[in-house]
Amino acid sequence: MASLIGFYSLIFGLCLSFIIYFFSIKNFRNSLIFDSKIIFFVFLQLLFVTISFFGLIVSFINSDFSNETVFNHSHTTKPLFYKISGTWGNHEGSLLLWLLVLTLFIFIFLVNSKEQKKKYRILTLLFQQIIIIGFFIFVIKTSNPFNYIFPIPKEGLGLNPILQDPALAIHPPILYLGYVGSSIIFSSTLAATSLNYISNNWAKHIKIWVLLSWIFLTLGILLGSIWAYYELGWGGFWFWDPVENVSLMPWLALTALLHCILILERKLLFTSWVIILSISTFTLSMCGTFLVRSGILNSVHTFANDPQRGLFILIFLFCLIFLSLFIFFFFHKNEDKEKYNFFWLSKEMSILVNNWFMMYFLTVILIGTIYPIFLEVINSEKISVGPPFYNKLIIPFLVPFLFGMAIGPKLKWVKSDFKNKLYLVIFLITSFLLSALIVKNFNISFLINTILVTSAFYLFFITLRDFLIKRFNNFSQNISHFGFSLLILSILLNNIFSTEIITNLKVGETFELKKTKIIFEGIDEKNIKNYNVVIGKFIIENFNGDTEILKPELRIYNQPNIVTSEADIKTSLFEDKFITMNLVQNQNYFNVRYQIKPFMIWIWISVLIISFGGVLSIFRKRI
Amino acid sequence: MYGRKVKLRFLFVFLILTILSLSIFLILKSLEENVVYFKSPTEIRNLTEIDKKRIRIGGMVKKESILMDEKKMNFVVTDFKNEINVIYSGAIPNLFAEGKGVVAEGYLKDRNLFLATKILAKHDENYMPPEVKKALEEK
Repeated sequence: MASLIGFYSLIFGLCLSFIIYFFSIKNFRNSLIFDSKIIFFVFLQLLFVTISFFGLIVSFINSDFSNETVFNHSHTTKPLFYKISGTWGNHEGSLLLWLLVLTLFIFIFLVNSKEQKKKYRILTLLFQQIIIIGFFIFVIKTSNPFNYIFPIPKEGLGLNPILQDPALAIHPPILYLGYVGSSIIFSSTLAATSLNYISNNWAKHIKIWVLLSWIFLTLGILLGSIWAYYELGWGGFWFWDPVENVSLMPWLALTALLHCILILERKLLFTSWVIILSISTFTLSMCGTFLVRSGILNSVHTFANDPQRGLFILIFLFCLIFLSLFIFFFFHKNEDKEKYNFFWLSKEMSILVNNWFMMYFLTVILIGTIYPIFLEVINSEKISVGPPFYNKLIIPFLVPFLFGMAIGPKLKWVKSDFKNKLYLVIFLITSFLLSALIVKNFNISFLINTILVTSAFYLFFITLRDFLIKRFNNFSQNISHFGFSLLILSILLNNIFSTEIITNLKVGETFELKKTKIIFEGIDEKNIKNYNVVIGKFIIENFNGDTEILKPELRIYNQPNIVTSEADIKTSLFEDKFITMNLVQNQNYFNVRYQIKPFMIWIWISVLIISFGGVLSIFRKRI
Repeated sequence: MYGRKVKLRFLFVFLILTILSLSIFLILKSLEENVVYFKSPTEIRNLTEIDKKRIRIGGMVKKESILMDEKKMNFVVTDFKNEINVIYSGAIPNLFAEGKGVVAEGYLKDRNLFLATKILAKHDENYMPPEVKKALEEK
């Protein structure tokens, strides 16, 4: 029943798109004021998609296995929370979520843009409706979440257990808010370009959307990263895996856009560049969906997929790119040439340099991600591009990037000089000495590590100083830059100081290495609703004498029949102690992995600080 | 001959082009060095020479081939045409099991022996390396 309502709501939603088109075009041509009927229809469309989405949720809650999606991804013994999160934990449901956010955002946009020109609002709506119609057809034709199966199965196939996790339950919605938020930026940029409406006023108004999607994208990536850290059992947080890369690419483009919008708010500079960035941000988000969903990527995260769907998104994507390029070349009038000149040492220049770096990072990741696909098409050779590629190409460029981040905000608009900037040099020397002192004590390559840590410390101290003397031009920017320095610093220290022990142990055995002792005390078994659990008890004696009891788990899920290991992590401000165990079929040995990861929690905190800067920036503008 | 402004602009364009070509050269160069090829046991059997480069192999873990002790684990990877022995010490992902698909990264010792440094986790129990899928379909 709920599925039926859901399906028909989808059809109605699609029909409404055409009604909206009809009224919008009529209104665009004939009238001077915005027709409030249109807002009503957009609201109605949002309502239908919401009903459809709730229809799917209700089917999941009731374990209605006559629905194919529910059958494939749910099970009666699953806890309620994961029944609900299962709604978007699969391809069909997640696309419905895309659609929901698309319609929700255009509604919010229309309500909040009353002070803008009528033509601009309608045109934005029309461009957004192109995307919405595309997704409606995509959902209904290739991935209908409401397919009916008969005879009705008694039991579902269950949700992949590694997705049954609180962080991953909210990861897709948050990430999608970021992805889809960029669709508003895309539509509004196209509308503004065709009407020649790109102005300081427009920049102020679209900045909120840029900030919003940027915040959600940042938080979405953070959640995925935290999940990978404790659920996948590697003890790492970023693997340069294609699926991770496709979320980082729109983030880089969006960050570049965020900085450019700051200039555009004040003067009409780099308008073409802003347009290109807006287009590429959304295109990259769509690309991300395409690459993850098509199964084309040879990724660690690969889920079994359907290539048909990939083809549809690819064609749709090319249409959108073609449309936006057409609008860009035929409608955009580049008027900002020669109007403003700026000195090489100025804020404009520093933002431009920031953008170059962002584009460089983006290019590296893009090439690393799609090169394997091309090679496979050309000579059917299967390759993968691993972390060394990214580390080698990105890390050296982080140094000038970080210095730029520290000095850039100190510069004035148009022209700046180095008067009264002696402290910049003093801080440089201090951070260099401090890093050398830290790095010297450890057996690692001195030069590269010192330079890296120096640049991170430099940004750290400079932003910290601004907090203390309260002489910042831009509080939220300072917070985000401070967060970024903390992020790089914790990642560097985490990489340098991490240690790990991997061994195979039987129950009761003890492993000893350099005064660290791992005692495998015993195992305990328990039955929980939809899985059995084996809890290991490990006593760890560290080199400094203190002991720690850690209890990693092995969960054997009933449906699907999959074993997952749950890491046991003792978190403190300075380090995480991380242990996982795994049992290979028919073997007596447990595979045990014990890691000490310094400053792990600071990686999460620093990303939170970075996005908090964005939140502040939104509210500061409003007040 | 030309004005100062034109000269400056020329310099600017030249600078950008240099930086651009330099960075593309850099990317391609390190791509060449850091690419990891994926081979099936049959492809390894047909290799003419064995080099020291890191590669990935993929296939199914042969039934009843896993042998474990406290330091390492031995198993056999098969694509149902050819097999290869693998020695591995390190963390073992959950979905690693006999009769399931596996992708391992490491070095070839000879045509019969692969020293793995990493076993890659897959998130889906139904996942199968594409080569193996093909081999199964051809059967």
